[in-house]
Amino acid sequence: MTDVLTLSGVHTFINQFHILEGVDFTVPAGSITVLLGRNGAGKTTTLRTIMGMTPPSAGDVLFNGASIKSRAPYTIARLGVGYVPEHRAIFRELTVLENLRISERAKGDLDRTSDFIFRLFPDLKRLVTLRGGSLSGGQQQMLAVARALVSDNHLLLIDEPSEGLAPVIIEQLMAAIRELAADKTVLLVEQNFRVASRLADRYVIIDDGHSVQSGLMPDLIQDEATVQRYLGVA
Amino acid sequence: MLKSLVPAGRGSVATSVALIGAILLFALYAANFSPGIFAITLLSGLLRAMLLFLVAAGLSLIFGLMDILNFAQGGYFMLGAYITFDIVHPDAGVIPFGGFISDPTLRFAFAIMVATLVGAALGYVLERGLLRPLYKRALFQLVLTFGVSIILLEVVKFLWGPSPYSWTVRLPIQEAQFRIFDTPFSTYRLFVIAMGLLLMAGVTVLLRRTRIGIIIRAGVQDPEMVSALGINVRAVFTLVFTLGCALAAFGGGVAVPFLGATNSLGSTFLLASIAVIVLGGLGSFEGTAVGSVVVGLGWAAMEQFSARPEIGTVLASMSPMLLLALVLLLRPKGLFGEDR
Repeated sequence: MTDVLTLSGVHTFINQFHILEGVDFTVPAGSITVLLGRNGAGKTTTLRTIMGMTPPSAGDVLFNGASIKSRAPYTIARLGVGYVPEHRAIFRELTVLENLRISERAKGDLDRTSDFIFRLFPDLKRLVTLRGGSLSGGQQQMLAVARALVSDNHLLLIDEPSEGLAPVIIEQLMAAIRELAADKTVLLVEQNFRVASRLADRYVIIDDGHSVQSGLMPDLIQDEATVQRYLGVA
Repeated sequence: MLKSLVPAGRGSVATSVALIGAILLFALYAANFSPGIFAITLLSGLLRAMLLFLVAAGLSLIFGLMDILNFAQGGYFMLGAYITFDIVHPDAGVIPFGGFISDPTLRFAFAIMVATLVGAALGYVLERGLLRPLYKRALFQLVLTFGVSIILLEVVKFLWGPSPYSWTVRLPIQEAQFRIFDTPFSTYRLFVIAMGLLLMAGVTVLLRRTRIGIIIRAGVQDPEMVSALGINVRAVFTLVFTLGCALAAFGGGVAVPFLGATNSLGSTFLLASIAVIVLGGLGSFEGTAVGSVVVGLGWAAMEQFSARPEIGTVLASMSPMLLLALVLLLRPKGLFGEDR
């Protein structure tokens, strides 16, 4: 399996704060890889660093073998990287349809992908004329994921998809993400270990700005000591 | 980050309607209940509202999208006025090519086009050359745009001197008048009102019905997320900044036949426009449009009221700030504003 994404020796500062102090991992094509770690470990900053929003001060980020570390976010997105941020970042004043339209990178993208999107998230179809800000948390999360599917993205970065959602909505989202992984690669941040362990096939643990361990998810599930140590889950 | 370009909520619309209603009642009182004077006050208010809108629309869009309060916006209005004046009055000014067009109306149209293009070009240069390296340094940007406004003023004084110019070339459209309740009103002023309304509608359509409009509205809320969708937000910043400065220069061009070209045009319209965008709700385009009408009508009503010998003229020039204070007391976030 080839690696879609490679981070090597990545250091990132936000203002004077040294957030990432050496992050190394790879994301194989077609996998669902989850970044695990306690609050403030650097998971979200890792996704933002890949996306070019907080560029690394050292190290490299390779996407399909080419360095993207000094590129602007919009050029990284145009390479085929979709980003679903923490707290969704839905455009609240735009309608659902406008939220999807703005994600088109080429004319006709939405026409091409709308059937797939609305099959994955049927609720969104009847909400297209509503403003993003009037949707429930679960609907907003679906819209945030749907927005990343409008254009032809090969890699999806999804930050905390289950945050603040009811269990039934989480199940729906998990099913959707699993279906996406059929032809896309997914790297997600997930605080809820139960959700992460059922969804992902690979993991990377980030602790205090360092990547400390990575591997296959079934191995981590068996390794209670590691789970307890880094994630505080018994 | 922020939320704006908000669709009108019930409270916003109700307050706006009540405020405009109160201003109209005051205008009626100021006009001594004379229908003719009241109608002229109303039209004068709308005229001023449209001119304010041309400065404030750019100010509001630039602030909403880029978090930059462009103090140079008034300078572009003033420059537009001087360039238009100079081209239409070839023997009085410093720009030589105006005299090639003998028909004054054509010369005027050409002058406005040149003024708008110069405003757009200078806006482009200011954003790309000076502001772009200062993104995320809000104080530096503020000082820079303030500095540019001073430079524009000094350049105008250097080229045209400190004395005001009165418009002397008579255009047929200026000569034409129509009567409303037996009171004459200039057709040209009505034309400016119509043009302002058209531009207001045009910018609304641009924001509501086009892809670039969707991008601008999204960018007002979260430019970083727009960028993460593959859109070059900085190019959108440049476009909006250029458009905003062009609108202001255009406003100066259409206003100069009745306002004349004076050094104080920039500061007068900048201050009133700041009142408009704060009163309307920072970053809200709808708020800017309604705010322009509120301040324009209020200003004209107060001017009419100030015509009484016992009242000083100072009240009229203070009216934008008085209205601003009143609105902020009623709605601290402005008529259509939300948290920023």
